[in-house]
Amino acid sequence: MTLQTVLLVAAALFAVGLCGAISQQVVVMVMMGLEVMVNAVILAAGAMWWFLAPDPTGQVLLLVVLAAMTVEMAMGFAVATLVHRHRGSDMTDSATDLAG
Amino acid sequence: MSGVLVDIGFWVLGVLAVASAVVVFVVDSMARATYALALSFVAVGLALLLLQQNYVGVVTVLMMVMEMAVMAVYMVMYMGMNPALMPMSMVHDKRAALAVSVAAFVVLGAGALLVPWPVRRGVPSPDVTAALGESLMGKQMLVMVVVSPVMVATIVGGIVLASGRTRYDRFGDDLDVRTPRDPERGGVGR
Repeated sequence: MTLQTVLLVAAALFAVGLCGAISQQVVVMVMMGLEVMVNAVILAAGAMWWFLAPDPTGQVLLLVVLAAMTVEMAMGFAVATLVHRHRGSDMTDSATDLAG
Repeated sequence: MSGVLVDIGFWVLGVLAVASAVVVFVVDSMARATYALALSFVAVGLALLLLQQNYVGVVTVLMMVMEMAVMAVYMVMYMGMNPALMPMSMVHDKRAALAVSVAAFVVLGAGALLVPWPVRRGVPSPDVTAALGESLMGKQMLVMVVVSPVMVATIVGGIVLASGRTRYDRFGDDLDVRTPRDPERGGVGR
């Protein structure tokens, strides 16, 4: 286990999440893609902390990423509820009002 | 734990995390997708334990398992079907998404392998969890001070977005309607 191998696994996770977030139509599935991407960021940040500078500051950054993940989930579910209430749908394609 | 065991453990967890993340988007049932995502998070949480992140690893596992349970409830609510039985494939522009993600993997992977990473600076403290706690309550207190109002704002924002009828719907924009506009009359004082 080296920094490079952990970062490679994190890159693979990020790419899988990106693919899901771009291609999925259901709001909850798009959020799953975003979650996988944040998961990859957590793994990469953990590896950076351990292999480059193992002082507590890096761990604090990880906690901030976890907090961001929680906020993303909560607001995402709230928006999904709003879209479902007004449009009767849980698809991203029914919420394209701001699309250019 | 010896180095070889750590290596084997990491590769098993790494492959499990990536494979179950792929399963999330190819499996034809929402419930299975949720379980696969939970498995991916647990694998990453355990990999963090291998990187000596005891606290963050355990928090990741606990938080994500609960989050996936909430997600399963939402799926049942919004999909309007039994998520374990109904096959589904709801994607658009799959080819472009694959191309973008492969390009992202190549760029990130090349960066991971080609960047001359610096040598490790400093040594970890004997108890990294205690060090994290002392740091959060000391030097890094500002982080907690900033995260706390963000969390409160999230709670308020989530409720405002998700609630169907608020007091402004019932009592008007200036809250000056004497009799609330309720779909059903009745209740205390109405």
